[in-house]
Amino acid sequence: MRALFAALAGLIFGVGLTISEMVNPAKVLAFLDVFSGAWDPSLMFVMGAGVVVYAVGYQLITRRNAPLVAPSFSLPTANQIDPPLIGGAVLFGAGWGLVGLCPGPAYSALGLGGAPLLIFMAAVVVGMLAFEWLWTPLQNRASA
Amino acid sequence: MDWNDLTPIAAALGGALIGAASLMLLLFNGRTAGVSGIAGGVLRFNLRDLDWRLAFLGGLIIAPVGWGLLRGGMPVVEITGSIGLLIAGGLLVGFGTRLGSGCTSGHGICGMGRISLRSAVAVLTFLVVGVATATLVRLGGLS
Repeated sequence: MRALFAALAGLIFGVGLTISEMVNPAKVLAFLDVFSGAWDPSLMFVMGAGVVVYAVGYQLITRRNAPLVAPSFSLPTANQIDPPLIGGAVLFGAGWGLVGLCPGPAYSALGLGGAPLLIFMAAVVVGMLAFEWLWTPLQNRASA
Repeated sequence: MDWNDLTPIAAALGGALIGAASLMLLLFNGRTAGVSGIAGGVLRFNLRDLDWRLAFLGGLIIAPVGWGLLRGGMPVVEITGSIGLLIAGGLLVGFGTRLGSGCTSGHGICGMGRISLRSAVAVLTFLVVGVATATLVRLGGLS
């Protein structure tokens, strides 16, 4: 059951990315390249609408004791603004600005982006594995 | 500004759908719809926690192609940039989103929707760095 609803959520998420054209890295770069003389602020409308819808629904849904097909809510609890948060956001922002792809659009465009997207995604997986297998064990050893 | 390329209604509609999809994952699965977090969890290879993650990513991948088939024309995915740029960008996005615990969906939509200061700081940071990088890439003639 939980996989079915997750698949539906992913599907609707992907349709949202498609309608808003955020699956197109050229459109995202046209937003990030603010000073190009041909700035396209569409991404702001996407994020603005998404945040407003989520904020309203979040207040209603989290009044429940539990979600519908899982035993409990598993939501982020961290609230500290620390070096990993800032450092990670800086690195991610740099990668985003280089190609115009962030994870949501990158996965959803997988069927349409051809070889360039596959190359990009292979590098994303290597980056994630470097975090899981190199960075995290190193941090654990340093704090042990 | 290029008014011909601005598509505010389609953008807001798409954004609202992204918000609604994220709410669905919250209501049914009790999870945050952060794409980098969902994908990152797959790489921990915890079999009991794998099904919904792969299902979400599967839906995400099918959507643009399905939409294209229904509408009789595939969505445009235009990727500029050399192989070097693609590899560097991918490594930075993969590592950075895991280190910073989120991306445009997890911090951007869900985190800001929860009114999390931590997420707002992350979003501001990656937006400023993203704008700076995209500008430098154009000025440097890399794109």
